[in-house]
Amino acid sequence: MPDNTFLDSTELVLNMGPQHPSTHGVLRVILKLDGEKVLGTDCVIGYLHRGVEKIAENRTYAQFNPYVDRMDYVAAVSNGLGYCLAVEKLLNVEAPPRAQAVRVILTELNRIASHLLWLGTHALDIGAITPVFYCLREREEALKILEKYCGARLTTHAFRIGGLQYETYDGFEKECAAFCDWFAPKVDEYEELLSDNRIWVGRLENVGVLNAAECKEFGVTGPVLRASGVKWDLRKAQPYSGYDRYEFDIPTRENGDTYDRYVVRMQEMRQSARIIRQAAAAIPEGPIMAKVPKVIKPPVGEAYVSIEAPKGELGYYVVSDGSTQPYRVRVRPPSYVNLQALDRMVRGGLIADVVAVIGTLDIVLGEVDR
Amino acid sequence: MADEQKPGSSESPQPGGGETVQSPAIPAAARPAPPKPAAAAPPKPPATMAATPWDGGLPRELRDRFGGDIAETSTYLGQNFVAAKSGAVVPLLEYLKLEADFDYLVDITAVDWPKRAERFDLVYVVYSFLRNERVRIKTCIPDGFRPQTAVGVHLTANWLERETFDMFGITFAGHPDMRRILMPDDWQGYPLRKDYGILQQDGRWVRENLGIESGQ
Repeated sequence: MPDNTFLDSTELVLNMGPQHPSTHGVLRVILKLDGEKVLGTDCVIGYLHRGVEKIAENRTYAQFNPYVDRMDYVAAVSNGLGYCLAVEKLLNVEAPPRAQAVRVILTELNRIASHLLWLGTHALDIGAITPVFYCLREREEALKILEKYCGARLTTHAFRIGGLQYETYDGFEKECAAFCDWFAPKVDEYEELLSDNRIWVGRLENVGVLNAAECKEFGVTGPVLRASGVKWDLRKAQPYSGYDRYEFDIPTRENGDTYDRYVVRMQEMRQSARIIRQAAAAIPEGPIMAKVPKVIKPPVGEAYVSIEAPKGELGYYVVSDGSTQPYRVRVRPPSYVNLQALDRMVRGGLIADVVAVIGTLDIVLGEVDR
Repeated sequence: MADEQKPGSSESPQPGGGETVQSPAIPAAARPAPPKPAAAAPPKPPATMAATPWDGGLPRELRDRFGGDIAETSTYLGQNFVAAKSGAVVPLLEYLKLEADFDYLVDITAVDWPKRAERFDLVYVVYSFLRNERVRIKTCIPDGFRPQTAVGVHLTANWLERETFDMFGITFAGHPDMRRILMPDDWQGYPLRKDYGILQQDGRWVRENLGIESGQ
């Protein structure tokens, strides 16, 4: 930590959080300041630690499935997808095409919901009050489809190991397509509110810059990485659940600042809608469940499976000892790893930028702490 | 309540998974010559992990470069992994990063096998953007062994190693900031060790800091 402060001003240690509206949950950041300049930070996390990985070792494979929803609770569907894929990998089964298509639709709907919540709260942090109302309004429509499908808005437990438990309801495809048609112009609306807004641009441009090399160094993934110019998305790089069947682009930007991350996420919402539209138009007929035994007992072995969650690479490392309970489940949480870059992003900047950077990292503390 | 009982009952009959673990590791440790291949071997003799040798340029390259430090280069379910001696892990990570473009450290974690002589599996996952390939590096370490930190190679390792320390009590030598990260700083015990019960807690900490008898 550099000790050289201006003149004889002294270093001020300021505590931000754990209860602070802009830390998006219970994150405590200890800031070392020289006036308004940030000299360094120390994140204190773990307030929401529930021992998810320990719980996994004491539940059967199927019993643990709903627990993963409680990690990144704004994108529970992604959590569930990653876990189911990991166990399916160990069992060496693949969900049938119909299940895969429905999984993609629900996951992308949830990605839109997650990004909308990010946009609303991020804008709120910056001082733009209006977008959050629009964002939550649109998010509600996406959540309604999830609710109609599986009965829950947030902790959905939408998928089962091997496929799906529920058939889609009547008119599911139509509702998904209608949502996409209705939603696309909304993104334009948000952009109209924000993209050229002088305050918005002033608060975001060149703030919290993270270049591609730094991103790799810190293991940062997701929209943050893509905003630094790295065209990398697990849905394309190592397609799972039939993502290779759909056409979509990976939006990237060059500067790696907070504004670019905003642009990337906005474009990702459009791409998600594009995927949903394609998938909903052609959900294959057939079974929704692969042949999975009633009691899930994967052979001895281990697998690391990761997916592109809205926040970045979400990985599950599952070790089986041949019993009905996982011997070890390790969750590689994107929020946790991305948060580590906070210090690099805010160091040398202003204290007000810390708020912008926490927002732009799009962390969910439930996932950071697990 | 039935649900509460389950974890306890599932933990006690560990012999199913645990005892079998013991049999391959202990005779191997008693034998003087090759402790590492046995250590890297799968945990359960009746049904072992059906890994096959990993063919290709990279494993050959690694074997040439690291020789006896690498016990195994295998593939399981299409996923490649390297079993290495604990001392070789950081040089291996560095080599992979500089010479083979594995520039993204995805994860560091551990697995506890309490009945084995070398108690912990330390697992590193690295990814190469250029090759679009993932490799897992596994090493076995006994309780109390201090593996070298990987922070010098990948900055990501900082928090990942802190979490491994927090949950398993594995201290990384040379780590710049070896503190607990998720649990409170003065918490006693390492929750993800197998001998740490699911309902177990640090009673003293709970009493002093929360003012209640139990957090359950």
